[in-house]
Amino acid sequence: MSIFGFHYRLERKAIGLVLGIILVASIGGLVEIAPLFTIHQTVEDVPDMRLYTPLELAGRNIYIREGCYACHSQMIRTLRDDVERFGPYSLAVESKYDHPMLWGSKRTGPDLARIGGKYSDAWHVAHLINPRDVVPESVMPKYGWLERDTLRIDDLGEHLWAQQAVGVPYTQAMIDNATADAFGQATPDTNQAGEVSKRYGDATNVRDFDGDPSRVTEMDALVAYLQILGRLTNAAQSETAAVED
Amino acid sequence: MIAQLTLHERQQAILISLAVAICGLMLGLAGRNDPLGFHGALIFLAGVLTIFLIGHNYYAPEPSDERFARYYDDPSKVGIVLAMLWVVFGLAIGDWVAWQLVNPDLTFGGGWSSFGRLRPVHTTSVIFGFGGNGLIATSLYVLQRTSRARLPDQVSPWFVLFGYNLFCLIAVTGYLMGITQSKEYAEPEWYDDIVLTVVWVVYFLIYLRTLARRKEPHIYVANWYYMAFILVVAMLHIVNNLAVPVSLGHAKSYSLFSGVQDAMTQWWYGHNAVAFFLTAGFLGMMYYFLPVRAGRPLYSYRLSIISFWGITFFYMWAGSHHLHYTALPQWVQTLGMTFSLMLLIPSWASATNALLTLNGAWEKVRDDATLRFMMVAAVFYGLTTFEGSFMAIRTVNALSHYTDWTIGHVHAGALGWVAMITFGSIYAIVPWLWKREAMYSARLVEAHFWLALAGTIIYVFAMWNSGIVQGLMWRTYTESGTLAYSFVDTMIAMRPYYIARAVGGLVFLIGAALGAYNVWMTIRAPAAAADRASDLPEPRLAGTAAQPAE
Repeated sequence: MSIFGFHYRLERKAIGLVLGIILVASIGGLVEIAPLFTIHQTVEDVPDMRLYTPLELAGRNIYIREGCYACHSQMIRTLRDDVERFGPYSLAVESKYDHPMLWGSKRTGPDLARIGGKYSDAWHVAHLINPRDVVPESVMPKYGWLERDTLRIDDLGEHLWAQQAVGVPYTQAMIDNATADAFGQATPDTNQAGEVSKRYGDATNVRDFDGDPSRVTEMDALVAYLQILGRLTNAAQSETAAVED
Repeated sequence: MIAQLTLHERQQAILISLAVAICGLMLGLAGRNDPLGFHGALIFLAGVLTIFLIGHNYYAPEPSDERFARYYDDPSKVGIVLAMLWVVFGLAIGDWVAWQLVNPDLTFGGGWSSFGRLRPVHTTSVIFGFGGNGLIATSLYVLQRTSRARLPDQVSPWFVLFGYNLFCLIAVTGYLMGITQSKEYAEPEWYDDIVLTVVWVVYFLIYLRTLARRKEPHIYVANWYYMAFILVVAMLHIVNNLAVPVSLGHAKSYSLFSGVQDAMTQWWYGHNAVAFFLTAGFLGMMYYFLPVRAGRPLYSYRLSIISFWGITFFYMWAGSHHLHYTALPQWVQTLGMTFSLMLLIPSWASATNALLTLNGAWEKVRDDATLRFMMVAAVFYGLTTFEGSFMAIRTVNALSHYTDWTIGHVHAGALGWVAMITFGSIYAIVPWLWKREAMYSARLVEAHFWLALAGTIIYVFAMWNSGIVQGLMWRTYTESGTLAYSFVDTMIAMRPYYIARAVGGLVFLIGAALGAYNVWMTIRAPAAAADRASDLPEPRLAGTAAQPAE
């Protein structure tokens, strides 16, 4: 057979095999991934999409650091029970500024795509300190150190710079004031607090998230992040597409 | 080890270690206010320690030219030992976190001991620590024998082996400190990704340089798979890890991709890490060790061609089945499902090829636990690939996704296929490498086999049950059309299965620990066996080879 005859010759050439493997293995990715960057409909256009504030971004980094994504998804599927349990299904635009995305792959705990605003700050703080105080059946670890550890905010400008470098539209003013904005968002009634809403929009949560106004802790950042999940845009609430049973 | 190196090679090794130490020092200084500083120090220490080790034996007598009459197997020996260390460590961590899901307070209070940080320690230790060392060790062994050529030099294999383990060590210690990119199976941060990239290029060059010196006109099937493993993993690793570090003094980086594009890139990577790390590499292992151990020629050469190119082509399309019903455009989901179904053909071609190779040797499978490890691995490979194609179907995935069914599927593959083929290959290769007649204890191999099989079955059945139960509970409606169960209800239902899973994992871990003990005792036993014919690049005159060619 000619195909096997061809192969009989190919497998005598190391470079032939190498090039063959690279060629054959490249096609799938090129066809499936490259168009996602060029086909415009892949991600919806929504005018009201907001950016993470420096404090929320720091909270997101704590979420990543602690491996929360291993047990919590942030992707509500277009299935009836998913939508009825967690809220309107997730749109591509909602993770447009998520470098990297945190869609997750396993729900040992519930989906968190729309957790923002569902519970009070105090509930989140209590839950993170000891989940079983508020959900007796929970198997989530305790995160008591978040409340004890002061948040590092002096380098948030560099974080925003890197975010800008990968395509998130942070302005130079946002980068320059990142540290002050993080402090202000968790410390209301200061000059810095007023600036945050000016830069990031009136819908920004400016308050003392962890109940300790004297300093900005990791708990402030993580709760600020959890409270914004699903609330960066209202696009998903107005979407009326059908849901699959 | 160092006595085997020529003076020139010792100088080379010192220079390379010096370069490594300098890189570590620079990284450590740049990251002195960040966890990055610790890893800089770690790299620096690794370089300095190597220099001292070589310097200590620098004036040892040089090896004679006699060495060219034999293959260079020392790196394979060390790789096997490291693989056994990693597997016991990685399984122990895995079982610990399994018990944490039964009792969440089984921690030491600090962040390092919580589930979210330990989980990648488990996955990296078993996949990259155990699997990777097993692949590097066996691939260098197989490459030399099937090419009848010695490795091109005696420094680069050590660079690959030690560099690779440094990569794993940085990764695992990083997770404990909270350094992670959060991309599953690609958690290590940018600087560790660079370490792996450098190591990988050298690994690939060893392959090409050895093949260039081969005395066999044809490149054997096992090497196609090992080469696909090296090449495609490089491709996946580089693309998926493209990121911008916060600064050169920060461990943290931000992925170049975001949202839907990032999800697709990640699962293109994630699924093909399964394909080319956990499948192609271990198929390479299987295509050498199974026929040799069984003393039978490979059943079908043509089947192996079909399965090799089928796997290389189809797998790369299948990643999007991880994203059914998500915000990923549906045309990509559909392509992923379609190719996942087609993938069954090359997968079963390989499994069939392996099992039919055993025809005529089934009495050996009955008597020899080592060969039985490989046989059961091929069976689990067939089962898992069937299950994988099934779970890629949209409507099945609607039930299975986000549940423990996925965990069960992964472990059927990881324990049943990957670990079993590796243990089988290790039990075959250890007496060959260290010139022993056989393993220290055949009964311990037998015990390990049954513990591994029992552990896998308990684990997988527990996760099938919990996954399907949870998936069904999530979608159960009352007669009035409301959801019947809260999320917490479904978590309570998981508890008995989580206990069973942790027990299954423990059984598997005990087996692996027996294996490590057995390997260690075999190494400590005095050398008894002479060279096998396959240990010599140039066949000797009749009468000097102790065993017939296989």
